[in-house]
Amino acid sequence: MPKLADYISVVTQPVIDDLRLLADKLRGKVIRNINSTAVGGGVAEILNRMVPFLQELGIDAHWDVIKGGERFFAVTKKIHNALHGATERITDDDLEVFIRTSKDNMAEMDLSGDIIFVHDPQPIALIEKKESNKWVWRCHVDVSEPQRNIWDFLMQYIPRYNAAVFSAPSFSRPLPVRQFLISPSIDPLSDKNRDLPDDMVRTVFDKYGVPLDKPVITQISRFDRLKDPVGVIDVYKRVKKYNDCRLVLAGGTASDDPEGLQVLEEVREAAGKDRDIHILLMPQNDLDVNALQRGSTVILQKSLREGFGLTISEALWKAKPVVASHVGGIPLQIKNKYSGLLCRSVDGAAFAVKQLLNNPGYARKLGENGREHIRNNFLLTRHLKDYLLLFLSLFHSEDVVYL
Amino acid sequence: MDPLQQAKEPFRFHTRLNLTELTGLRASVLPQLLKLIKKVPGACIYHHTHRFLEQHQYLSPEPPNDFAYWVSEVIGEAALAEQLASIDTVQFSTIRSLRDRIALTIEDYLAKNPLASLRFAGSGEEFHFVKSVSFIVPTGYIASTLEEFADILEKITIDSIYFHVFEARLRLEHPTNDFSYWIENALGCGELADKLAQLDPYAYTMEELRKRIISIVRSGYAKTC
Repeated sequence: MPKLADYISVVTQPVIDDLRLLADKLRGKVIRNINSTAVGGGVAEILNRMVPFLQELGIDAHWDVIKGGERFFAVTKKIHNALHGATERITDDDLEVFIRTSKDNMAEMDLSGDIIFVHDPQPIALIEKKESNKWVWRCHVDVSEPQRNIWDFLMQYIPRYNAAVFSAPSFSRPLPVRQFLISPSIDPLSDKNRDLPDDMVRTVFDKYGVPLDKPVITQISRFDRLKDPVGVIDVYKRVKKYNDCRLVLAGGTASDDPEGLQVLEEVREAAGKDRDIHILLMPQNDLDVNALQRGSTVILQKSLREGFGLTISEALWKAKPVVASHVGGIPLQIKNKYSGLLCRSVDGAAFAVKQLLNNPGYARKLGENGREHIRNNFLLTRHLKDYLLLFLSLFHSEDVVYL
Repeated sequence: MDPLQQAKEPFRFHTRLNLTELTGLRASVLPQLLKLIKKVPGACIYHHTHRFLEQHQYLSPEPPNDFAYWVSEVIGEAALAEQLASIDTVQFSTIRSLRDRIALTIEDYLAKNPLASLRFAGSGEEFHFVKSVSFIVPTGYIASTLEEFADILEKITIDSIYFHVFEARLRLEHPTNDFSYWIENALGCGELADKLAQLDPYAYTMEELRKRIISIVRSGYAKTC
């Protein structure tokens, strides 16, 4: 587990010094994070890093997990999908299970502390136990177009918090409480993002049978319709008419996800017998993903919908030129023509990929700008700084705060 | 001036760290943007005219503000975008006057180009108003001489330079940037202070600005005040 000092070589000493300055102002405060799972998923991944760093900074940080049966988590999954805009039928019985499980957790959990930091909708109802301490609801979900009745259900809880936090401006809406923008981040020292030697990159391409004899366009995503893998093949086919290249579509799909397997079949059918299209069904392997991104010429992310799309930050951190859809949190990571190219269609994406393949100097510049943009805005140290500021903001209501 | 001359008062470097607060307010068309520019808090105007500079500090001097970027990239009114990008921010000493100028620029443009009011942002491409909440924290760096001052400038964060140069003047309405104020009042070197005050900080990338300030400060060693 890296220590904060290990990040000095990436972000410079003064950035770490600033974190210590802020943490000093929170010394003695007890901060309790609450979510629904200790392993798996992005929230647990973030908390696994954040909580030890907060503790290293001298803050009394805790992390607790709610309990719930199969039925409760089936309901929260439906709530999650409905917040993403999917049509879900959530019955009164479902909501009753949600409320009852929340009450069981309220009775069992220690909810003392100066700040209670609740992540995502699953534990949202714990707010009923709020006393004079500060409570923050951190929404990691894209709620730009939620199913109305479910949003209304959550709105009986949200206004009772002291603040809410969203990942992108498009997820916010007028609320009776303060709301903050805190984007997620990548860890530059993790296996997925750390520097790799060139021979290791070549070894990984060999392992997957992808020759590095011509430019490689890559999309790393699970096989999911919202990631538009068939659209990616259409983009490749348009580019291939003018630029000889290979396409790598790499990602996983859960074996119990029938839709994922169906999408994979559709992708294989769209690829046909083209030997330059490489469909890699990979288990979770961060080092291999890292190598595939580093060895690619252009990274594509042609999603139709995206929560935040951290694969963009991962690729830009490796100074790769990126073509990505103008959806979700992607425009926060790419300023069109400054740090990558944004697209809204197959034709637009193909045109952008051709531009990058034909102009390596331009592509290199976009990649370099992208890496600096990520260094300044989307690394874990910025995320930690935002959390410290968020905690401090709960004790100050002004726009300019002197500490 | 003697770089080792003791100042009447030491200079205490502060840093400024920003948290972004969402307002839930959004605009899809230029008239809506104009209406909201007139009514949002000053912290929103500050955010949208300075955020690009901070987030893309490495890119180029004179980066556009958020309004110019949106008008150009989403609404597609290149002429208005150019007018907004070329507003000379350094000339404004208050957020209020900067806000008035931005609003007037859009108003004039819409009066001359009424069809521009009809252009709208697609779904997901609206302009979202957000604001900067600034936390100002004293750092451990304190300079008592010009030499110490220049040495600290080499190593403090860009956020600290940013605070003393941009935020102190425009947002906190100090009469000049904090560096010039200290050099004039604590070291008594008006000429050097003026030289720093005349710098257009918006015309540099942040690291170039750091280098330029250090170079001006060090050039003062050889001169008499």
